[in-house]
Amino acid sequence: MAIDLGAVEAQLSTAFPGAVVEREGDWLVLDRDRLPSIATYLRDEMGFDFLTHVSASDYADHLDVVYNVYSTRPELQGPGLSFKVRVPDRVDARVPTVTTIWKSANFQEREVWDMFGIHFDGHPDLRRILLWEGFEGHPLRKDWHEPYYEEDNKPFGSRWPYPENPRPRSAEQRVHWRANVQYPQGFDPEDWDLGADYPPLFAPKVEINGIDTEPVYLNVGPHHPSTHGVFRMVVGLQGETVTNLTPVVGHLHRNHEKIGERNLWNGNIPYTDRLDYISPMYNEFAYVVAVERMLGKEVPERAEYLRVIMGELARVVNHLLTIGFQFNELGAMMTPMIYAFTEREHVLDLFEEASGARMMHNYYRIGGVYGDVSDEWLARCRKVVSRLDRKIDEFETLLTDNEIFISRSRGVGAMSWQEMVNYGVTGPVLRSAGLSYDIRRVEPYSIYESFDFEVPTYETGDVYDRYRQRIAEARQSIKILKQALNRIPATGAIMDGKNAWNVKVPDGELYSRVEHPKGELGFYLVSDGGTNPYRYHVRSECLINLAALEAMSVGHLLADAIVILGSIDITLGEVDR
Amino acid sequence: MFGFGLIKGLSVTMRHFIESFVYDRKPWEWFTVDRYDNKWLERHQAVDGKGIFTIQYPEQKRKVPERFRFLPMLVYEETPEEPRCTACGICARVCPPQCIYIERATDDRGRPKAQPSGFWIDAVICMSCGYCAEYCPFDAIKMNQEHETPTTDRDRDMFLDMDHLLVPIQYYAKLHPSDYEAEEAARRAKEEAKRRAAEKRAEKD
Ligand code: SF4
Ligand code: SF4
Repeated sequence: MAIDLGAVEAQLSTAFPGAVVEREGDWLVLDRDRLPSIATYLRDEMGFDFLTHVSASDYADHLDVVYNVYSTRPELQGPGLSFKVRVPDRVDARVPTVTTIWKSANFQEREVWDMFGIHFDGHPDLRRILLWEGFEGHPLRKDWHEPYYEEDNKPFGSRWPYPENPRPRSAEQRVHWRANVQYPQGFDPEDWDLGADYPPLFAPKVEINGIDTEPVYLNVGPHHPSTHGVFRMVVGLQGETVTNLTPVVGHLHRNHEKIGERNLWNGNIPYTDRLDYISPMYNEFAYVVAVERMLGKEVPERAEYLRVIMGELARVVNHLLTIGFQFNELGAMMTPMIYAFTEREHVLDLFEEASGARMMHNYYRIGGVYGDVSDEWLARCRKVVSRLDRKIDEFETLLTDNEIFISRSRGVGAMSWQEMVNYGVTGPVLRSAGLSYDIRRVEPYSIYESFDFEVPTYETGDVYDRYRQRIAEARQSIKILKQALNRIPATGAIMDGKNAWNVKVPDGELYSRVEHPKGELGFYLVSDGGTNPYRYHVRSECLINLAALEAMSVGHLLADAIVILGSIDITLGEVDR
Repeated sequence: MFGFGLIKGLSVTMRHFIESFVYDRKPWEWFTVDRYDNKWLERHQAVDGKGIFTIQYPEQKRKVPERFRFLPMLVYEETPEEPRCTACGICARVCPPQCIYIERATDDRGRPKAQPSGFWIDAVICMSCGYCAEYCPFDAIKMNQEHETPTTDRDRDMFLDMDHLLVPIQYYAKLHPSDYEAEEAARRAKEEAKRRAAEKRAEKD
């Protein structure tokens, strides 16, 4: 199923003669200079109100900025429109911003600026996002090379047969670490100007209710027990009330995407485990689905069932853990979290037995899964599923009616779904505000179409509803798991064809998305027909959900801002990549 | 009633508290049963286990499943001088972080031999993905399960050479019995087929 591209093209060309410069496969190339007005038209007249993905790609003679828009109108949900604009000038690359039309472009355009050096005219806050302000160059450009650079693509020629006679030495011995650090020209840490405008610690005094007060800027993090990992928030406070909040991310950045472009296609699977390390199974799922779509590969039935079973177990675990962490932040120190971890152990035992590792599973393969499971495994899995079912009830008894929790969470962080859509928020947070939008339903992948499950929704999108949403979704996952465990074929192949180590993917580009426990996890892949991706981009739901954090937190107490952060459910491994 | 939800929730924690005594820390067993007994571990980490879930590492250790993998190892059959590895290089090429280095042996006349003269794995960079073992066509590299490898000398102990890596086939058979059985069965079937084919050819001649 795909969108009727011809009709869209015709409509756009009538409204804006010459707007569609070219058609490239499933992508429309739009006129760069008129982008804002075309984008407004797309949003208001054609119903594409949901911009989920913005990124770019570097080709030798030009740069492309790519956009994927979807619609939340019930009749238009499903496949969306993919379009791009072409930037011919690599030195002074400029594109008009669409942040004013879709706020979700904010962080993603900053990321494109950071990684590709494409300037977005009119962007309200165009700073680097993942790297520090003094960084030299834009790393995802093809002519940028990292420290320890060896070759553009793996496998590196020097590994086999090892060319020199002396024993190879560890990377640190071969290159002393100082030898490969690049500083900006004339860099002197003593008098270096950051070039970014950080707010002053104290603002001028103001008088409120006859009292002189000073607004204070407070750094929460990057090393702070109440932020999930290495995450920093610059919070402007008036008394204890948040007046503005800037998330500062990138402390865990490791240029996952550049590594991904060096890797072989299947070499990326273990790397995706390191994105959202709370539910690695689903990251792999998203990646292999994307590659299989490029290959047009079918997956054997038993493998599909195993994939769904692993994926949904990961979802239940993710939701229970999130609830546990959230209560940690509310001050219910440890009890719900340890209960959640206990349940996670049982699931990890299952994962370990099937894949060989508790967290970095590397279980999915392009065209199948790594290993078959035994009947004992399935029997144990059934037991774990019914245990999880009971434990979700127990969580509800423990937490749902708790008056302290209700008074701390009702109305906190509430936001309407229309606004969330504009911010690009996806996943349980969006559904808890009342929009029934689940990619397993609107754009089914794998065998989700054959399962009977509902997409629960709640009304207000506050912290309490997000909690209830996660409980309800975990229940639906249990429902899917029960059906899958009943229907899984007793035998059968688990791999389509041979498990080849050097898969070749035909020419093309695509954006593919799945419903990750945290939201829409997408992969934007470009292949030049070789054994390595030409471009590999992760649309991180964690990062993009963070864009709405400020709007959700302003007006609430600082202590509530922490709870709101927890309820968005981020994993820094994926935010920073 | 206000406060009822709270009390309801506390009943759950109370139940867990009591269960931890009734189910695994039985007071009447405090002096008779060794608290590091592995039976205790198996009982309360079972799927229907209740009570305390944590274990007393390092006195108690979880049994790892057969597929568990940590670092690669090289398998030899008879002597360490003759490893199964043919230095074909597939593992070094598939390895995602490229931490395998292989040097091919040469015979007296300088021609390359199907054997490595050097094989190194940078264990610090290895991400334990298991691809090398999965794609090796000769079943020569397998995943070890020895995971307690702390050291103070990265270059001496974490840059593994052949001396570190080579293990006898019996060791592998013990770690991965069902994989080993399957491989042996496949090998036997192959040899059988070869023998049959040879016999047939002999008959024809
Ligand atoms: S793939 Fe196997 S046989 Fe080939 S070099 Fe690696 S260990 Fe040796
Ligand atoms: S386990 Fe993975 S990372 Fe480690 S040596 Fe083998 S292929 Fe390389």
